[in-house]
Amino acid sequence: MKALLTTATALALLVGAPLAAQASPQQDLKEFREYYMKKFPGVPLNEFSNGVYAIDPVSRVTWEAIEEDFPPYEDDLKKGEKMFKTPFANGKTYGSCFPNGGIGISQNYPYFDAANNTVKTLEQEVNECRVKNGEKPLKANKGDIAAVTAYMVYTSRGNKVNVKVPNDPRALAWYERGKRHFYMKRGQLNLSCANCHKDSSGLYIRAEMLSPALGHTTHFPVFRQAWGDLGTLHRRYGGCNKQVRAKPFPSQSDEYRALEYFHTYMSNGIKVNGPGSRK
Amino acid sequence: MADSIKIRATLKGDVCTVKALIKHEMETGQRKDKKTGQVIPAHFIQEVNCTHNGSNVLNAAWGAAISKNPYLSIEFAGAKKGDKVSLSWVDNKGEKDSTETAIG
Repeated sequence: MKALLTTATALALLVGAPLAAQASPQQDLKEFREYYMKKFPGVPLNEFSNGVYAIDPVSRVTWEAIEEDFPPYEDDLKKGEKMFKTPFANGKTYGSCFPNGGIGISQNYPYFDAANNTVKTLEQEVNECRVKNGEKPLKANKGDIAAVTAYMVYTSRGNKVNVKVPNDPRALAWYERGKRHFYMKRGQLNLSCANCHKDSSGLYIRAEMLSPALGHTTHFPVFRQAWGDLGTLHRRYGGCNKQVRAKPFPSQSDEYRALEYFHTYMSNGIKVNGPGSRK
Repeated sequence: MADSIKIRATLKGDVCTVKALIKHEMETGQRKDKKTGQVIPAHFIQEVNCTHNGSNVLNAAWGAAISKNPYLSIEFAGAKKGDKVSLSWVDNKGEKDSTETAIG
């Protein structure tokens, strides 16, 4: 009798136990933050928005010196502000396409568009705004698109990143796709984003210290000294893919928008501080 | 080419720190145009001068090794608030620019 009861209880537990569930985005975020806070003790959460300069005091000195006096993105920012405030040929402005006139909203991007089952990025909607108003879309990665989004991001400085993954299996699918890209090894060098920016964050790759992925996206678009100009997040995604000798995806492709969705979600709660400057 | 120099002069005690960002191609003359295969001609700053109230605090002779859009930072003593600091450059093509600021 006792044996029967024990077996029955065991069976009940087995049946009642949940299947190996996929961690929710909230759980992922918690684990992600805990990983970096533990790896870099004493660095406050918001400080991670400064990337490698949050963890490397040596390079921080030079970075602060130049940011303080002559932020390299200054000219592009001014250009972007002018672009944003100049009406299109039909008299409408960028502001007319966005909530709050496009001011202080970049922390909400990217977002899941339920009506169209897609993820929308800021650059995408800037171009949609242009096309809707009879203008040609801007070329991706650099130049005008970087300048105008730099201004929009600048007006959002100080706002905490607030990417939402609604309780919708379609939104979750986009999130999971981005997460998969982040953790999947690729390229001839067989490295994933996580291999460098999670597992090896704080360590050196050749002569450069690897930045933590926590707080990664908050400072984009970014003036990268290596580029000599201002560039977008997808420009960097392409560069990173190429650096591990993997074929890059096109900017604003489904793959990179999914990656941006996951990647930015992981910086939720950290304040927007773009446009930024990096080595 | 009037505004190629961004300058800031700050004071600590009687030591003035001048920081400047100069916008210039600093073309070495070693690069080739990817499309035509032709050498891109050298175009770089050769001389930089900084004065404090008219007297020289820096004479620099630069070459092709100085990078594009060079950042310069110098310190000198004997400065007071409001003193005039002037920075000027001349490049290998004879082009030049200069700017002035007050120590603040």
